[in-house]
Amino acid sequence: MKNHHPTALQAEGVDKFFFNPTKTQVLKKVSFEVKQGEFVSVVGKSGCGKSTLLYILSTMDTDYQGKLHMDGELITGKPRNYLAHLRNEKIGFVFQFHYLLNEFSVLENIMIPGLKLGKYSREELEYRAMEKLRIFEMEEHALKKANQLSGGQKQRVAIARALINDPLLIMGDEPTGNLDKKNSDIVFNKFKELAQEFKQTMLVVTHDQEFAEGTDRIIEMEDGRVIRQ
Amino acid sequence: MKWSLILELSKALMLARFKQTAVAATGVMFSITMFVTLLGFMNGLNSMLDGLVLNRTPHIRFYNEIKPNPNQPVDITDEFQNTWNIIRSIKPSTSRLAIYNSEQIIQNLENDQRVLGVSPKVSAQVFFNVGTIDLTGIVSGIDVQKEAQLFAFTDYITAGNYEELNQTNTIILGKGLADRMLTGIGDVIQITTAQGNKMQVRVVGYYQSGLGDYDNSNSFASIGTVQKMLGEPPSYVTDIQVKLHNLDLAPSMARELEKIYNIDADDIQTVNAQFETGTNIRTLISYAVGITLLVVSGFGIYNILNMMIYEKLDTIAILKAIGFNGSDVNRIFITIALSIGVIGGGIGLVFGYFACLGIDQIPFETEALPTIKTFPVDYNPKYYFIGASFSLITTYLAGFFPARKASGVDPVDIIRGK
Repeated sequence: MKNHHPTALQAEGVDKFFFNPTKTQVLKKVSFEVKQGEFVSVVGKSGCGKSTLLYILSTMDTDYQGKLHMDGELITGKPRNYLAHLRNEKIGFVFQFHYLLNEFSVLENIMIPGLKLGKYSREELEYRAMEKLRIFEMEEHALKKANQLSGGQKQRVAIARALINDPLLIMGDEPTGNLDKKNSDIVFNKFKELAQEFKQTMLVVTHDQEFAEGTDRIIEMEDGRVIRQ
Repeated sequence: MKWSLILELSKALMLARFKQTAVAATGVMFSITMFVTLLGFMNGLNSMLDGLVLNRTPHIRFYNEIKPNPNQPVDITDEFQNTWNIIRSIKPSTSRLAIYNSEQIIQNLENDQRVLGVSPKVSAQVFFNVGTIDLTGIVSGIDVQKEAQLFAFTDYITAGNYEELNQTNTIILGKGLADRMLTGIGDVIQITTAQGNKMQVRVVGYYQSGLGDYDNSNSFASIGTVQKMLGEPPSYVTDIQVKLHNLDLAPSMARELEKIYNIDADDIQTVNAQFETGTNIRTLISYAVGITLLVVSGFGIYNILNMMIYEKLDTIAILKAIGFNGSDVNRIFITIALSIGVIGGGIGLVFGYFACLGIDQIPFETEALPTIKTFPVDYNPKYYFIGASFSLITTYLAGFFPARKASGVDPVDIIRGK
């Protein structure tokens, strides 16, 4: 069934070295693919290279060997500005630390990637941002400043922000890593909801076993290698 | 990339660090204020000091100089053509002081496109008879209207009415001269010319140039009065004073016309070279001080932007993660720097203008300068324009390196580092 869906993201033999302090290979011939509509988690012990892999997949880290395809397009070796545009349009991010811009209101935080993309007018974006907030039951906080929210609320806003441009793929780096059990459950349920109701493709790095088990597929990494997928 | 979003982000970053931003803008404001005030004041003083001499000095003056004839007969004769001719005890020839064909020359000059105006003058050496004592002095016969128009003659009339000078047998005395003769306005004084002609004239005003020596010996009468005093016809003119549209043309025009009219010509640059030097150096100093102030405030902006970038590394990283590229981030910080420059510079220009208005109100009265009541200030828009340009240039440069650093931030480093 999964094979009928087009590929959202494909990694082909990705190698990554760190040169500081000595040359160490963190990723060894990592290859896998994520189909559209899949909810995939990457698990593994600390230091196994899963975050490093995520940053390479996110196009922010371009210093690797191997090939990366996104939406059927080879993105390895593309210029930085093109990659920035690609991130803006096709990838939504959720980090361990919410990383909202404290200078802006919740609504504006969600709108910024949309304003950057420039596909919709400001009014439309405002409407869309409110829609996204409604999914997360956060609409009454829309006009608060980002630093007036609790950690769980911030993370929900961060997910809403990731969704604003209807991305091809949402990437999460330990999205629940910094939250207590209750908030972590809320966030996890939101991810599941996105996967089930909106068929959103998602790739989440986590070491929360419970979280991983709730996803469609688990990619397990050890010592820079994919050992199970 | 839409500028409205860049502006919005810059504004948010500035407001988040409002105090620092305000301090940086105040720095720029202060330096621009000082720059404009300093230049306005300096140049006000400059033009006043220059005006003391330059206003009253013709750009070109034509006259006949008393000098030995350069073409001595011995040089002309064929017989002594190839010999060394040495003539001892040579004397000036009896040439006349009056300019030959003066009316025609004046008419020609007035038709010249480069000439602003022409004013003839007759100078006469006279004795002012005060009781048994004779004071030596000079009476300049002038065309009152033209003199007022071209050489700001009326600025230096401290008492009396200069219009009355148009009547014959009236005189305006230098203040120092009048004081020594103990004459008041309306008094009649007697003058003896070097040729021995005696004449009675009525004092109608005082003249005070600010140069004491000049005021002790100079006086003015209409050109007709002086011609009458000397017993000369109306065509008798000893000086032709020319004012040009462009002062810089004076030396070349003087050389050119000297040959055509076959008389002597002095240009203002040669006569008053030291004034220009003084002016240039004063201007140079005020620019140097102004620019130093701006550079100092530029370093302030540089520091504040650098700090802001360190504090906002997270923000920069997240902006890059959600799709802003390096040049967008660069533009945000350049925009911040330029906003500080525009706001600080704008307020600085306004404050500078107010400071100039303030200085303009401070009383400054000196005996030497009868027309100056307060400190002189130059409101030339040029200084405001230069101030505005400099504020933008320095803030741009101050923002350039921090912005480049911000644009080079690697989001992975920041996000991983947490």
